Amino acid sequence: MSDGYSEKVMEHFANPRNVGEIKDADGIGKVGNPVCGDLMWIYIKVKDNRLEDVKFKTFGCGAAIATSSMITELAKGKTLEEALKISRGDVAEALDGLPPIKMHCSNLAADGLHAAIKDYREKTGKKME
Amino acid sequence: MDHSATTATDPAVTEAMLPYYSEKYGNRSSLYSIGRQAKKAIEESRQKVADLISAKKEEIIFTGSGTESDNLAIKGIAYKNRKKGDHIITSSIEHHAVLHTCKYLEKNGFKVTYLPVSKEGIVNPEDVEKAITQQTILITIMHANNEIGTIQPIEDIGKIAMEKNIPFHTDAVQTTGKIPVNVDALGVSMLSISAHKIYGPKGVGALYLRKGTFVEPQLHGGGHERNIRSSTENVPGIVGFGKACELAKERLPEEANLAVLRDSLIKGILEIKDSYLNGHPTKRLPGNANLRFSYIEGESMILNLDMKGVAASTGSACSSTSLEPSHVLMAIGLRAEEAHGSLRLTLGRENTQEDVDYVFSVLPDIVNKLRMISPLAR
Repeated sequence: MSDGYSEKVMEHFANPRNVGEIKDADGIGKVGNPVCGDLMWIYIKVKDNRLEDVKFKTFGCGAAIATSSMITELAKGKTLEEALKISRGDVAEALDGLPPIKMHCSNLAADGLHAAIKDYREKTGKKME
Repeated sequence: MDHSATTATDPAVTEAMLPYYSEKYGNRSSLYSIGRQAKKAIEESRQKVADLISAKKEEIIFTGSGTESDNLAIKGIAYKNRKKGDHIITSSIEHHAVLHTCKYLEKNGFKVTYLPVSKEGIVNPEDVEKAITQQTILITIMHANNEIGTIQPIEDIGKIAMEKNIPFHTDAVQTTGKIPVNVDALGVSMLSISAHKIYGPKGVGALYLRKGTFVEPQLHGGGHERNIRSSTENVPGIVGFGKACELAKERLPEEANLAVLRDSLIKGILEIKDSYLNGHPTKRLPGNANLRFSYIEGESMILNLDMKGVAASTGSACSSTSLEPSHVLMAIGLRAEEAHGSLRLTLGRENTQEDVDYVFSVLPDIVNKLRMISPLAR
């Protein structure tokens, strides 16, 4: 279970940053599957090609909640191009690692962020590169 | 509150074991005095284990665990009776020690029927009867489920098995020492027990093998345990197991009282909005409470409870090494996301109403906090 969760994971899990919805979000990324036990919604607010605000709502285990929290911190203030470069590995690394079993199932936050940016670009008519 | 996972070894048990690690280190096969001492201690323990389940001393085979007992019973009967038939009947909510052993036998040419259970987690004896064929050589149904605590109608199934003269095994790892277990009343020919679930040591279990029931040994060697389970006996473990059984017998009435505490725990938790009980309201182990909460996931509940000093477990996939939710919760008809939201609290001897009240004081906030984060909660 919590075997192998780093202190940083537990800290983000206990005090998740940027929880909630953005009512007038510019993009929303919905990833995961409740059947697997993980569901992540990432909301973004974009201004001048930068992520002005990032929030999340997550159903899932400790790793799912901690990675969601971490991605909001990593992404805030970044340009969309920079944000798209944030990988699953970057999120895990920022949390001082994740247990191997969690790397695939619960490390969805980067996917969620990318999906939100894609949603924003589709809404605004800009093509994803 | 995770007593179904394991229990703390009773100090009286540890005390009984200690001499067998030091001055009484003998091998029971040796003929000199410390060997005889070990033999005597093993036989006294065998009697105590037998007494707890109203069996005869000669019908107890010591093993290394509940899992090993299950393996010995199931594979032992299967391989002994291969010429008679190849069909085994079990349920879909068995412990992995039974389920995976059955799967293994399927790969080796046996046929297995996995009976469904009701939405409350109970096997229907009529289903057992209907599943029996000319080829059926074994019925194995657990006494009580380790996750949702449901107690199965073993007596009724026992009658059917006896009528048809089919060996009947039950995994009683969760019930022995918690509710009365009487091998004759249950009508079983084999029954598995584990020491560490009843305040005994880890690494020792037993298989009750009714006189006249024969199994193929799974460990071959020096012919220990009536040539059924070769291995130098774990003397300290066996002594501890015997002591634990003796204490369990004395304390059985106390265990029954746990049901009052359990009902208080369940009732209090069900006050939380969108929470439900898994399993049967009354036909359940006295210490078992298993509930589910909509919109949230079990591991995150457990981590939060752990931070508040409460040990619990869940049927969520996220808490185990597999990626699938509990087969038991799926078998009672829950959707995967419901199974992920389950929480098991199992009470033991040390728990009090104060502990239960403490859960009431922390759990609602945990559930609320996680629902605030969840996209499923509206």
